[in-house]
Amino acid sequence: MSTAPTPTAGVRPRVRTGSSYRLTDRIGLGLAWFLGLLFCAIAAAIVIYFLIEGIRYLRPSLLVTNPAAAASESQTGGFLDPMLGTFIIAVMSMAIALPVGVALAVWLSEFGRPTALARVAESTIEMMAGEPAVVLALFGLALFELPALGFLSQTTNGVVLGQSFFAAAALLALVGLPMVVASVREGLQAIPSHVREASYALGKSKVATIRRVLLPTARPSVITGTMLGVGRVIGDTAIVLLLLGGTLTFQSANSVPVLGLLRGTGDTLTGYIYYNAPTGDGNQPDKAYAAAFVLMLMVLALNVGVDLVVSRSRKAVRWS
Amino acid sequence: MDEEDFLEQSHGISQDQRAELWLGALVFVVVGVLLAMLAFVTYQAWPSFAHNGLAWFGPGGSIDQQITRIFTSGDLKQTPVYTFHAWPLIWSTILTTVGAISIAFVSSLFIAVFIVEFAPPWLRRVLEPVVRLLASVPSVIYGLAGVLVLVPFINNHLITQSEKASVTPIISLSGAGLLPAVVVLTVMISPIMIAVFVDGLRAVPRGWLEGSLALGVNRWRTFWKVGVRTVRPVLVAGTVLATARALGEAIMLLMVSGGVGFAPNPLDGPTFFFEPFRTLAATIIAFDDERSSPPMKHTLYAIAAVLLFSAAMLSFIGWAAKRPMRRYGVIA
Repeated sequence: MSTAPTPTAGVRPRVRTGSSYRLTDRIGLGLAWFLGLLFCAIAAAIVIYFLIEGIRYLRPSLLVTNPAAAASESQTGGFLDPMLGTFIIAVMSMAIALPVGVALAVWLSEFGRPTALARVAESTIEMMAGEPAVVLALFGLALFELPALGFLSQTTNGVVLGQSFFAAAALLALVGLPMVVASVREGLQAIPSHVREASYALGKSKVATIRRVLLPTARPSVITGTMLGVGRVIGDTAIVLLLLGGTLTFQSANSVPVLGLLRGTGDTLTGYIYYNAPTGDGNQPDKAYAAAFVLMLMVLALNVGVDLVVSRSRKAVRWS
Repeated sequence: MDEEDFLEQSHGISQDQRAELWLGALVFVVVGVLLAMLAFVTYQAWPSFAHNGLAWFGPGGSIDQQITRIFTSGDLKQTPVYTFHAWPLIWSTILTTVGAISIAFVSSLFIAVFIVEFAPPWLRRVLEPVVRLLASVPSVIYGLAGVLVLVPFINNHLITQSEKASVTPIISLSGAGLLPAVVVLTVMISPIMIAVFVDGLRAVPRGWLEGSLALGVNRWRTFWKVGVRTVRPVLVAGTVLATARALGEAIMLLMVSGGVGFAPNPLDGPTFFFEPFRTLAATIIAFDDERSSPPMKHTLYAIAAVLLFSAAMLSFIGWAAKRPMRRYGVIA
């Protein structure tokens, strides 16, 4: 910018009273500065507010005790189970979304034939990204209430409940999927075609090229996509309330150690916050603040992780 | 490792074809899931639409009474009632979405221009991660802030007793309503728009801007007339993305909207901004435990179908808007 020959152009904008800045320009520039600084103020207010309230109400004991129904705040326990639920849900849904998302991205970027199917797939994934979570949740409920899928949740008196970790993770995978696909696809497309051609010239098949050359090169994008997907998944509340039951603690379907837990209902931090907000049934804002603080820290960690991966990958590979 | 490579090499062609087939099949499955969702939700919604016709979308009667009647008619052994006039819910959804999007669009555009072009470098380095952080904060946290900070503030300082008295027989004003909902929704979707706009504005070819500057046009005018104009498709795409989020937002809006099936009336004057409401998506969350009653279930699926098709239309608009961007070499 500093190379521009006009006297008004510099590293910093200076509003001169000269003829070059008309009144509308000055109003526009002023508005940009005003709104930009207002945004800074609002962002700082949100972050600082949750930081202060979180530190005020977060006790180590909250992290290791389970929610309990009680009259007074001191006896209602912490949010161990919702926190574990958030981890379980993130891992399970990504276990579905990551392989499927990478496969879709590879197909879209490297195969993509017939073109009609590619176009349909592309718009389908885009549509999934825009679908409201409540609609996905209702669809998921209907799906997992089918008797054929009863083995994934609980059955009482022949009626399938349809709420379980399996059901919630399956539908949350659909929420995370578009993020993974978009990121991996972008990473694959950023690899110039001469890299593929070099691999083919060495006699490698297409599959070998994808597995040995393209995917390792696009690993930063895979990691970024996964983190963005996890961010969406742990932030969702509607699917958790409808498909996980929002029962605060883990309610195992039976006594089988892992499978019983995953077939049972549970909760995540978002569900816990919703329950403890003044509009929820729990109405304990202190606990909600503490849980919100923990959730914010998770989101922050994911964001920092994405930034680290992106900045490192920028340094690593240079094609030219 | 070498042996494996050799095997891959010797069966090269067949393996590639097999991989393509498997991946293609997976693509079919994913597309099939979405089509199944469209078909299933429409099928479940059909009784409600069939009984009401176009009146489903129209006004008439109290929405909450209708919901109660639909719910109870499923429990007793009587003919199911489907009468449902969703206008208050639709009107609330339109009000919040349009209100928040129009405020967020204008401010996001200016903020994005500020971040890309006018902010000091140190501020830019701070702002960009902050935008991405705010874009990924869960909506329930925004809802919590709204219901614990904004709603009490409005109730204590902005609403007068006479305003409360003026609507007492119909609704009660508690602070939760249109104003906090639009404010929180705006704060929630702005970072999404800003992030998309910033990416687009940064992709504007530098030479175009410098060409304009070389002609003696000042920086603001250059950026406004060349930069912003170039990324118009990005503006549409970002707005569509944010609209989809606003339209489907259920939890946060249920927390700050008051949760009453009421259509805020602009003719009420300033009271309009404090009137409670409930959007389409929030209604699904609010009544999801009443799905045991068959007519209620079909009604909820009808609401979901409306949301589903609105979101599908939106993503189509976004897809159509993104196409001309390739022409400029701008990809967002």
